[in-house]
Amino acid sequence: MRKLIFGLFIAILPAFALAAGGEGVPMDHIKTDHTNKESLQRGVALFTNYCQGCHSTEYARYKRVAEDLEIPLDLYTDNLIFTGAKIGELMKNSMNKDMAAGWFGAPPPDLTLEARLRGESWVYSYLRGFYKDESRPLGVNNVVFPNVGMPHVLVGLQGLCAVEPHIGVAPSVEPLSGNVNNADACPEYALEGSMSAAEFDQAMYDLTNFLSYMADPVKIERERLGIFVLIFVAIFFVFAYLLNREYWKDVH
Amino acid sequence: MQKIIQWVDERLPIVDAWNNHLAKYYAPKNFNVWYFFGSLAMLVLVNQLVTGIWLTMSYNPSAEGAFSSVEYIMRDVEWGWLLRYLHSTGASAFFIVVYLHMFRGLMYGSYQKPRELIWIFGMLIYLVLMAEAFMGYLLPWGQMSYWGAQVIVNLFGAIPVIGDDLSLWIRGDYLISGITLNRFFALHVVALPIVLLGLVVLHILALHEVGSNNPDGIDIKKNKDENGVPKDGIPFHPYYSVHDLVGVAVFFFIFFVVVFFFPEMGGLFLEKPNFEPANALKTPAHIAPVWYFTPFYAMLRAVTVDLFGLPAKFWGVVVMGGAIAILFVLPWLDRSPVRSIRYKGWLSRIALIIFAISFVILGYLGLVPATAGRTALAQVLTVLYFLYFILMPFYTRMEKTKPVPERVTG
Repeated sequence: MRKLIFGLFIAILPAFALAAGGEGVPMDHIKTDHTNKESLQRGVALFTNYCQGCHSTEYARYKRVAEDLEIPLDLYTDNLIFTGAKIGELMKNSMNKDMAAGWFGAPPPDLTLEARLRGESWVYSYLRGFYKDESRPLGVNNVVFPNVGMPHVLVGLQGLCAVEPHIGVAPSVEPLSGNVNNADACPEYALEGSMSAAEFDQAMYDLTNFLSYMADPVKIERERLGIFVLIFVAIFFVFAYLLNREYWKDVH
Repeated sequence: MQKIIQWVDERLPIVDAWNNHLAKYYAPKNFNVWYFFGSLAMLVLVNQLVTGIWLTMSYNPSAEGAFSSVEYIMRDVEWGWLLRYLHSTGASAFFIVVYLHMFRGLMYGSYQKPRELIWIFGMLIYLVLMAEAFMGYLLPWGQMSYWGAQVIVNLFGAIPVIGDDLSLWIRGDYLISGITLNRFFALHVVALPIVLLGLVVLHILALHEVGSNNPDGIDIKKNKDENGVPKDGIPFHPYYSVHDLVGVAVFFFIFFVVVFFFPEMGGLFLEKPNFEPANALKTPAHIAPVWYFTPFYAMLRAVTVDLFGLPAKFWGVVVMGGAIAILFVLPWLDRSPVRSIRYKGWLSRIALIIFAISFVILGYLGLVPATAGRTALAQVLTVLYFLYFILMPFYTRMEKTKPVPERVTG
């Protein structure tokens, strides 16, 4: 019996062993948390106010977001739907894709699945990766996505970093002076924003958390159900095992 | 109840069928863990059919609607996410159990006389399964669906003279388009499943005609008791039906861990670029087929020399096709007097280990971008893969085998 379980486990192992992978850009790694409703609510507010003008999330519906994030429907309709859409509609926006392609070089992509496409750490790093670069048409560039066509929409919150921000470099404490290096990924600002570095990082965490929820809205429910399914299968295993032992008693 | 059975049985031999295939089908009593994967493959097949039918109810097979209909299934359809994850995880699970099932056959010589037809039907199932998986992978209409199909269909273009017309005929267009999607949908949900089910029936009928092999490779029908029942045989039902139930429980546990907690399996079961809709104008940086095709993809890429005025790509396709074709003649390559690896000599054991390792490493190499070093390694491993088969008639005859016991061992 032990050999059986071990064998089946070994059999499936190669699949796990191959499940690694990486990207070539600098990244600050985060872990999102879809149970943190407050963070998700702040995230959807940021998303609606700063992102949705250009980026749709056209595979998702407002109502589902409102319900999952525990936002009352009337509150959501009044404050977070700008297009006049009904609460049950898909979260499209009114930007014309062809015109957008003319303005930015490429139409702003739909963001429903962005966090699953790029990874949540990528999104978090990208949002914090803008810096001043006069050689670019919009005057900004991004360390995570070089020569990106998107303007730095959050410049009013973050300010504008004068040099390339240190994405993917963990803060370190100097042992002699006790100074913290790289607490703020941006060492020098060309423009000041309304948020401190820590506040901005938190805001971008919330926004990323929301986009991560957006890409995989069923995650919490899926994992909750998964536990029960596994418990059921485990109990089923016990009975199957005992039944098998009973039948096989007379086989020698 | 008894009367109903009798009524039907006078018109259709259901009692005979039950006895022949279950209650009086005598299977060797010494099956080990490797013997679970046949029935598990059947289980996964049923899973694929059932979830597939329900997915078809909400899926829209058109270039304009396919991607968003998958997200509709994931978000708006009741339990749609579960149906889809069961189906996508099931596809990979199918190949895992089938590869292990085939490896079992290699280990215990299950393809040897008189089971050549079982092996050939099995290989046909594997071939159809690959076609089924390939066509199903286009349906979500993501970037990797699209470009994966583009790369694979273009392979047919490497065939001299007719190649370009052939790939055009397969696509139905000059590039992968909605027309291709529609025909792949028809083949994926109707044509190939019918062929697959037919082959599974043939596979099992052929098996039940000659009887199951076992880890000792002994013919249990040689030793029968006074009632004509093999002494080492036990009725499939109930002994192996309850036995398989235990295997099903273990399998389901692992399967559901993936379905509920790691449906993407780190990008192996659902590749990340597939979360972006297909775009004919934007080629992904790195196109890799799904993991179950990668050993053959690595062999394809390993061929880098033009030969006899034909391009390397053509020879790559030949090698890839040959890697699968050679499996079909396996029953006639093995000249060993014994079936099981337990009684074969060291040469067979070493050959099988090298073969298995080569296949797994080739699978890894097919997943990652090619570099000079990796290509060289893939070339060596491709040669080793083929040597396992080409040298088999020699090493299976040369080596000293161990004596096979009269009766099955534990």
